[in-house]
Amino acid sequence: MAKQDPEIYYVPEKSRKPILMALAMFLTVFGAATTINHMSGTAIFPIGGYILFAGLVLFVTIMFLWFRTAIMENLAGLNNEQVKQSYVLGMSWFIFSEVMFFFGFFFALAYVRNFAVPWLGGEADLLGTMRQSTHDILWNGLVTQWPLMETPQQAVGGASQQLIANNGEFIGPHASMSFPGWLGLFTWLPLWNTVVLLTSSFTVHIAHLHLKNNDRNKLTVWLGITVLLGITFILLQYIEYHEAYNQYGLTLQSGIYGTTFFMLTGFHGFHVIMGTVILLVMWLRSTIAGHFSPSNHFGFEAASWYWHFVDVVWVCLFIFVYIL
Amino acid sequence: MSESHHPTGIKRWLYTTNHKDIGTLYLWFSFLMFLVGGVMALVIRAELFQPGLQLVEPNFFNQMTTMHGLIMVFGAVMPAFVGLANWMIPLMIGAPDMALPRLNNLSFWILPFAFFMLLSTLFMPGGAPNFGWTFYAPLSTTYAPPSVTYFIFAIHIMGASSILGSINIIATIMGMRAPGMGYMKMPLFVWTWFITAYLLIAVMPVLAGAVTMMLIDIHFGGSFFSAAGGGDPVLFQHIFWFFGHPEVYIMILPAFGVASAIIPTFARKPLFGYHSMVYATASIAFLSFIVWAHHMFTVGMPLVAEGFFMFSTMIIAVPTGVKIFNWVATMWRGSMTFETPMLFAVAFVILFTIGGFSGLMLAIAPADFQYHDTYFVVAHFHYVLVPGAIFGIMAAVYFWLPKWCGKMYDEMMGKVHFWLSFIGLNVTFFPMHFVGLAGMPRRIPDYALQFADFNMISSAGAFLFGFSQVFFLGIVLQTILYGKKARSEVWDNPHGLEWTLPSPPPYHSFTQPPQVTMAHASPR
Amino acid sequence: MHINLNTLLLYTGIMMSGAFIPASVAEELPRWQLNMPQGVTEISRDIYGLHMAVLWVCVVIGVIVFGAMFISMVLHHRSRNKEAATFHENFWVEVAWTTIPAIILIILFIPSMRTISQMYDTQAADIDILVTGFQWKWKYEYLGEDVKFFSNLSTPSGAIYGIENKNNHYLLDVDEPLVVPLHKKIRFLITANDVLHAWWVPAFAVKQDAIPGFINEAWARIEEPGTYRGQCAELCGKDHGFMPIVVKAVSDDEYRSWLAERKRQTAQERTLMAQQFSLEQLVERGEKVYQSQCMVCHNANGKGIPGAFPSLVGTAISTGLMNDHIDIVVNGRAGTTMQAFGSQLSPLDLAAVITYERNAWGNNMGDMVQAIDIARFINDAKQ
Ligand code: HEA
Ligand code: HEA
Ligand code: HEC
Ligand code: CUA
Ligand SMILES: [Cu+2]
Repeated sequence: MAKQDPEIYYVPEKSRKPILMALAMFLTVFGAATTINHMSGTAIFPIGGYILFAGLVLFVTIMFLWFRTAIMENLAGLNNEQVKQSYVLGMSWFIFSEVMFFFGFFFALAYVRNFAVPWLGGEADLLGTMRQSTHDILWNGLVTQWPLMETPQQAVGGASQQLIANNGEFIGPHASMSFPGWLGLFTWLPLWNTVVLLTSSFTVHIAHLHLKNNDRNKLTVWLGITVLLGITFILLQYIEYHEAYNQYGLTLQSGIYGTTFFMLTGFHGFHVIMGTVILLVMWLRSTIAGHFSPSNHFGFEAASWYWHFVDVVWVCLFIFVYIL
Repeated sequence: MSESHHPTGIKRWLYTTNHKDIGTLYLWFSFLMFLVGGVMALVIRAELFQPGLQLVEPNFFNQMTTMHGLIMVFGAVMPAFVGLANWMIPLMIGAPDMALPRLNNLSFWILPFAFFMLLSTLFMPGGAPNFGWTFYAPLSTTYAPPSVTYFIFAIHIMGASSILGSINIIATIMGMRAPGMGYMKMPLFVWTWFITAYLLIAVMPVLAGAVTMMLIDIHFGGSFFSAAGGGDPVLFQHIFWFFGHPEVYIMILPAFGVASAIIPTFARKPLFGYHSMVYATASIAFLSFIVWAHHMFTVGMPLVAEGFFMFSTMIIAVPTGVKIFNWVATMWRGSMTFETPMLFAVAFVILFTIGGFSGLMLAIAPADFQYHDTYFVVAHFHYVLVPGAIFGIMAAVYFWLPKWCGKMYDEMMGKVHFWLSFIGLNVTFFPMHFVGLAGMPRRIPDYALQFADFNMISSAGAFLFGFSQVFFLGIVLQTILYGKKARSEVWDNPHGLEWTLPSPPPYHSFTQPPQVTMAHASPR
Repeated sequence: MHINLNTLLLYTGIMMSGAFIPASVAEELPRWQLNMPQGVTEISRDIYGLHMAVLWVCVVIGVIVFGAMFISMVLHHRSRNKEAATFHENFWVEVAWTTIPAIILIILFIPSMRTISQMYDTQAADIDILVTGFQWKWKYEYLGEDVKFFSNLSTPSGAIYGIENKNNHYLLDVDEPLVVPLHKKIRFLITANDVLHAWWVPAFAVKQDAIPGFINEAWARIEEPGTYRGQCAELCGKDHGFMPIVVKAVSDDEYRSWLAERKRQTAQERTLMAQQFSLEQLVERGEKVYQSQCMVCHNANGKGIPGAFPSLVGTAISTGLMNDHIDIVVNGRAGTTMQAFGSQLSPLDLAAVITYERNAWGNNMGDMVQAIDIARFINDAKQ
């Protein structure tokens, strides 16, 4: 890169990480597909699990090395304004793509609640053009309600009574996860989850302010609190899932309510775990390696943006999955 | 220049962070996929040459149809456009490289793995995906062959590749324009890609969501797409087309950009209506998010929805028309010559418009009850995709190949390639309008006798068209190996920063930001 | 490849003679047909009108746009026009070519909306027919009348594989067509049992997706007697190309007597149920049932298609316990293409086909099951 002026442009040397990363992704998904098929009894060969494992190990390793290189470059002063801007843009639009990913699931939720279930349940919608025959001929007995406590198949009495091919037997749920009424408010886990996550968004912001003031100790404390709150959320969510499965009989298999519920909260939970790990890494970097300066800390900023994003998704979840 | 830094050997390609190398990789990869998808199309056409089952079994025929669609869309057209973006955007905006060069390499290398996985399903028990490139549930869930799991994950990582690629393009365009290159001065190819990249970031994650839901339904007992559990198979179609319709514009907008670069060059006249071209592209992109259900007019949507989607779809003809009219106005009173890129570009405008017209006919909801799922639809989308997207790419290759490799292609051979393709494709796809209107459904391996004649013509055309693409490969190889040296400008006084660099351009395109003058930026 | 020279010559001959027979509605299926058929309902003619209208709009615009281009390509070629003009913007031109197309489109939108709302008006029908798509056949059920039956492709596989000649209705023939009266508003309630299908009869301009678990509605009022043919119009798996639709439109009187005859047959079948049959009788009947119902998947030789459809030769079920065999045929297997035939076939046919399977292709079980046993099996399951 000799001829280039690093003040303006920096182009990294060739690197073997990207192609190894692609390989890791391939091994991961190929292994995952084989493993999943194995669970369903249709695997082409039985060693999918090992491939998956190898892929994940490689993935994490390359991820680590890649970020290390990026950090080293930054510390070496190679990251000029332009590179920094590229990272900022990259992170912002990555988060946007995540938003769209969740949008798909929220769309599915809105669709089944407003179209599919009312239609099956024979309730003319507000547009007045949904036909009753679906309900009268195929699903007579199904009641439109949300959460859907009884699947259409259960409502008409099992597989042999009607024509529709199904995915299997449905069990449960016995109770919904929704707002239990004001009486149960304070023992209602989702409320506490909301409190925890909203608080953590504040604490990470406070940590950021302290970082800008170069107050390292306070940074350590507030960021640490954020990580702890993240872990708390995950634990609470675990308890919630445990209850759903064991007490309420609500599972992925219990019809569209269970499916959308676990899909949305599950992917959100996964993102919280990722976010917590990222924040933990930031904490380690700042406390142990002494990274970040008041003016140069994009890694931290990106992590906090991600965390805010996860928080916003939860608020939507709280409203659309739990309350409404 | 920094020739000494020029890495060589296989590692140059595996580990590269250079936008030109990566662009080249993308282009070659997409051409390979074009041949693979094309061979599948030829299997389809060979079976359809005559009524009756001769060559393949129905189930294999369905696998061919599905894989042909998937490979052409995700393997041929999209990577080709990303390849063009990689090569040209830095050159056009005066940047040394893409904004995130390592990520760029990752975006590319995901693809060979993804397509390896997708193609490997052909050899799995139960066969490859056989549910159409639109993979409607429940044929693609409950009733799918086991290989569907690999298909799902292949889509996941392809999507990741597209998203990362688009992020890179956006970051490059937003952050690396040379001083003086304001947004409203960017060449239209950059503009169309800028907008395309947004479309990609917005819809690829939705597709990822759709296949994830499939995975849940197939393997984990979910009921998204099963009425028995309270879901709805039609939900799948809504989500798919929310992705799918913007996707078809993803496959055409960059080609619009290419046409907007080529037509002014060979008309020797500035592009007419630069600003309205930009606004039209943006409107098309915006509208593309609210028209998706025109693929679903017959699924039994509420009447208002039929009306809404019919109207919004029809309205897309307006901004698209603006683009067509602007190109014609650019040609008007120019001083035109018809070198190969121009031939492809002009054919693009004409034949794409024909495809657009049939699109407009499909948009008339009541009439779509007759057209839907017939060869009329197949005719429509091949007209917008083959002389649309593919001709756009061909035009771009002829236009910029001398810049890329510093060698001039053989004009005579280029013209032969053009005319063979032009004739071949019209013979292939025009009769499909007729059989479609007469009532031939799509995705069938065998058909009633009344459709026999036109199908035979179609098949003959397909082989002609296919053969001409092998000829194209020959032309490109000949140019790279034996072509005459090309000048920096290549053409008569072309417009844009890329022509200020030598042919081929130095390894790092612009080591110092160029000074953008009015002579280089659009509009003139 | 099997492209034989004679056929090639034959087709070239036909192509040259270019016999173009205009769209007609009746039995003839014209070759070289270029356009959409007008059909035999008011709606189908409205749609044809819309189709022609938008086609002409496109043709006119196309002539203008391509005309301008060609003129320019000729006149403004460098050999004629050395110096290019330099204009590159004109506000009013842009306004004009934005608004004029928009107005044209709005004008097209209005009649389209009117037609589509008529198509959606399924109220006040005279006859209701429940149409259910199966892999790969249609089931018709006259609601309120005790009549229902399946309609299968009847083109022999020899014709498909080029061993026999192909007749004029190649791929468009069924064993039992749907019969409907003229001049009555017939409502089709369309659904599916397994995957998506679409019920399409071009002459009625009725095409409606058949969606498992949902019922879509469409209607037709047929104005001319005749036999109308269509095909499944949604990819539904292997034999999507082989599930045609045939509708016979007859006068009201004819329809009534057909219906009465149909009901009589149904009643007769019921009496057969209580009878005992011999092994030979069952196997003979079973073979027919097998060929019409099971062969598409399990193959004529019972070997199925590896990876997709299991073999029935010497397997644990077809040479195992009778009850398991009855169970899988009657109840199908959830989540596979193996349907629950208990709701599709009569107990007698079920008994016959099961007996056949146990005694064909070298499955020499020698045992049999009677219709009455099947009926009992189904009843027990309902308890
Ligand atoms: C590059 C890809 C591409 C592009 C650009 C388009 C462009 C358009 N498409 Fe197409 N389409 C596909 C790819 C594409 N399509 C594919 C792949 C499918 C099938 C998917 C599948 O099922 O497998 C499909 C299917 C499809 C359908 C569903 C058909 C069916 O399944 O029943 C419809 C229905 O409305 C439609 C409409 C349109 C319209 C209105 C446009 C418009 O954008 C066209 C606008 C252009 C013009 C109209 C011409 C120029 C304009 C003028 C000269 C101005 C004046 C004109 C007038 C006022 C008439 N398309
Ligand atoms: C950009 C997209 C694209 C492109 C370029 C094409 C190109 C072609 N397509 Fe296709 N097509 C689709 C997208 C595309 N298609 C989609 C989305 C579908 C819908 C799928 C579905 O229903 O799910 C479809 C469906 C489709 C069908 C309908 C199938 C059915 O309904 O059953 C047919 C039928 O004729 C067809 C034909 C062709 C032909 C003849 C070409 C030709 O242009 C191909 C040209 C041929 C070649 C390029 C081959 C050249 C190579 C050689 C001659 C040999 C050399 C070989 C090696 C060295 C390996 N396509
Ligand atoms: C549309 C396809 C299809 C049709 C039609 C069909 N089957 Fe099947 N059949 C299957 C499939 C798929 C399976 C495997 C189910 C499984 O995975 O357990 C199967 C399994 C069976 C089995 C069990 C085989 C074994 O040993 O596991 C029997 C017996 C059987 N079918 C009988 C019949 C009969 C009798 C008919 C007609 C009346 C019929 N099938 C029609 C698809 C079909
Ligand atoms: Cu049934 Cu296609
Ligand atoms: Cu579309």
